[in-house]
Amino acid sequence: MARKTIRTIPQERAVMSVQDPEVRSKNFDEVSHGFDLENAMLECERCLMCPEPACIAGCPVSIDIPGFIAKMLEKDHRGAYDLLTDSTQLPAVCGRVCPQEDQCEGVCAVGVGTDLEPVAIGRLERFLGDMAIEKGWQKTSHIVANRFRVAIVGSGPAGMACAADLAKAGCSVTIYEALHAPGGVLRYGIPEFRLPNTVVDAEIANLKALGVEFQCNILVGRLFTIEQMLDDMGFDAVFIGVGAGTPHFMDIPGENLNGVLSANELLTRCNLMHAGEFPKYDTPLGLGRRVAVIGSGNTAMDAMRVSLRLGAEEVHCVYRRSEVECPARREELHHAQEEGVTFHWLTNPVELLGDADNNVRSIRCIQMELGEPDASGRRRPVPVAGSEFDFDADTVVYAIGTSPNPILGQTSHIGLNKWGYIDTDDSLATSLAGVYAGGDIVTGAATVIQAMGAGRKAADSIRRYLGIRSSGVVYKPEQSGFDGSLFGIDLAEQNFNRIRLT
Amino acid sequence: MSDRKPEGGRTTDAPVKSHQPFADGDAVACFPIVSRTDFSETTFLLEIHHPMMAKAAKPGQFVIVMVNEHGERVPLTIADFDRVKGTITLVVQAVGKSSREMQDACQVGGSIFAIVGPMGIPSEVSNAKKVICVGGGLGVAPIFPQARAFKEAGAYVIGVVGFRSANLMFWEEKFKSVCDEFVVCTDDGSAGIHGLVTQGIEQAIIAHGDINEVVAIGPPIMMRACAETTRPHKIKTMVSLNPIMVDGTGMCGGCRVRVADRIKFACVDGPDFDGHAVDFDDLLSRLHRYKPEEKQAMERYSDSCRRLSLDPTKANDTGTQTAIETGGQ
Repeated sequence: MARKTIRTIPQERAVMSVQDPEVRSKNFDEVSHGFDLENAMLECERCLMCPEPACIAGCPVSIDIPGFIAKMLEKDHRGAYDLLTDSTQLPAVCGRVCPQEDQCEGVCAVGVGTDLEPVAIGRLERFLGDMAIEKGWQKTSHIVANRFRVAIVGSGPAGMACAADLAKAGCSVTIYEALHAPGGVLRYGIPEFRLPNTVVDAEIANLKALGVEFQCNILVGRLFTIEQMLDDMGFDAVFIGVGAGTPHFMDIPGENLNGVLSANELLTRCNLMHAGEFPKYDTPLGLGRRVAVIGSGNTAMDAMRVSLRLGAEEVHCVYRRSEVECPARREELHHAQEEGVTFHWLTNPVELLGDADNNVRSIRCIQMELGEPDASGRRRPVPVAGSEFDFDADTVVYAIGTSPNPILGQTSHIGLNKWGYIDTDDSLATSLAGVYAGGDIVTGAATVIQAMGAGRKAADSIRRYLGIRSSGVVYKPEQSGFDGSLFGIDLAEQNFNRIRLT
Repeated sequence: MSDRKPEGGRTTDAPVKSHQPFADGDAVACFPIVSRTDFSETTFLLEIHHPMMAKAAKPGQFVIVMVNEHGERVPLTIADFDRVKGTITLVVQAVGKSSREMQDACQVGGSIFAIVGPMGIPSEVSNAKKVICVGGGLGVAPIFPQARAFKEAGAYVIGVVGFRSANLMFWEEKFKSVCDEFVVCTDDGSAGIHGLVTQGIEQAIIAHGDINEVVAIGPPIMMRACAETTRPHKIKTMVSLNPIMVDGTGMCGGCRVRVADRIKFACVDGPDFDGHAVDFDDLLSRLHRYKPEEKQAMERYSDSCRRLSLDPTKANDTGTQTAIETGGQ
């Protein structure tokens, strides 16, 4: 068969149906329906099977993308899924929530320098993930138990990815979660219409099938400390993946008015506590009619779209930069616009104004203009003098980022950096021997897949720390040459205790 | 060492909930209630088996409780803990839907759906020589372990407790046992001083010119009054704030309070703060945020209880409360 070229592949992306914006802004059902089998196969045809695939390098967990697409083209879906899950623990999740335009799809040869759209890698990944859930596929064979016990703090994407790799390596893994349901941001943060909880539950069930134990309602750092886990509780290693969940406020006047809340609070009330179903569930929501969300990242998009579905009449986005700099996933921004969110670019709040009952009534905003690029490479917004105006809102939601949660720093002697995030070296080891950390608590708020990448990297470091051979390294007797071996045993193997020099 | 795994008080017959794949015994899903005492029509005490928590708890900390999977997360101060028996004690006042439901549903032999903690920074037991420990209503419960800790640290402890009337009093003997002096104030004069705890504080300050510290726990209005009473005397006054909370782990900011004009999160920065720096007006107005919903939930719950008493086949499902009603926290 002749090699595929840009000209011979299908020029248009395969069709994926989405819910109509008018209808979907009133329900919590998933917006994107995903590929059906026929369209998934059509989309696979668009992959050029590059000899040196840029997409693999673009993926934080280095999924063999052309590999699984080739298996799909052979109609071996189970094989494709197995190959995919060698790298990722949560395909059904990441296929939905990764910002693919900045990762695998952003560097896909089909989309680079052409006017074509790149291969829809994320949608293909989601297709396989959903198929696996539907058919109940699991990969649990070939696990040989060892004697090591590892504890994971936090059941978000970082913790789950780390747990999966260590369980596959034979460790006995326990995940501790402070909330009453596992999943971290996948459960309390990302709403149902982007990531159904049934998908999260299925991925958690897969972890349980690997032998991972979940313990909810355990607040590590208060119920017991990291040090106690290593000493009294007898864990050989600990991974910290607690996220960076403390929301920022702007410290402008009026922030303590009623009706002002963080996006975390809004999303937790809605997604975890089902406040939208009040009074069937006990947690109240108290959402107003005219909601203003400050910020424009993915959290802001989620907060706005949740507000629409919970019956807010008007939802506004207030963001100090322009649409070009908007940090949200392109698809979410597009969906939010379709659903009727009004965007106010280059607008910054300076004060919140309340009524006699201490409820927020309006936001005093100032117009901004873009100046020189700042450290992040984005053009810095500068206030336009004298351009203040009042903007009515009876609910104000802050989605301007998070800072590290202080609990672990308060209770254990773990090294933090100057911003309060946990300090790690390149292998994600912390200042405490045997304790590793990854995800948002190390890097600050990032993506699900970056957290998973960190979890996997930490798992690799923990394996090396415990002296478990990494299945990722193929054993070659003369790998390091003669000088790198001792009695024919590669020094890189670290099993030095088997060798006694006389 | 001992605990290889947290014993969250697992019982063998934890109910399996099919719609909740994570509630199949993986979670520490069952917290047995080992004893209950009713102090009055609305106030009751629960002792819950949770050895790890009993081991970790320190005075001033609190827990978050969910009655069932439809419940809300309610913060309650740890009123006492018994490291030997492996139990923690909660004192609850039935004010809104969730606490009423606790009153109806939490019986000995039963269990609570979720309980997590100990949360918050433990109270600092300073090296004060003379302290006044003030408890208003349910605040008497959480102030008790603090008074005990001060006593153990060798301080001279003056206990001041306030109730609406004598029939609401509880823990009198228990409290006396850790105090050098003990003052009771009642709104209606049915016991002790006829008046508010602030009068008890005033008297103690006059009697002892060398009070180093006052610790007050109770309804926010009472804590504000205590802070105002001690302000002219410049006596350090610690209060335990009780804002609305959701997660209790510092990730939502629902419990933010203004202290010395800065935003603080009561669940991770507190709940104890310097009473002279707290913006009580702000706290009180924020506590009223969900009044309509609380009322609605309570009415629905009362209705369904009435319906149930008429027709036991009808299931009930509803409602809400917030931290405002749970006295100490």
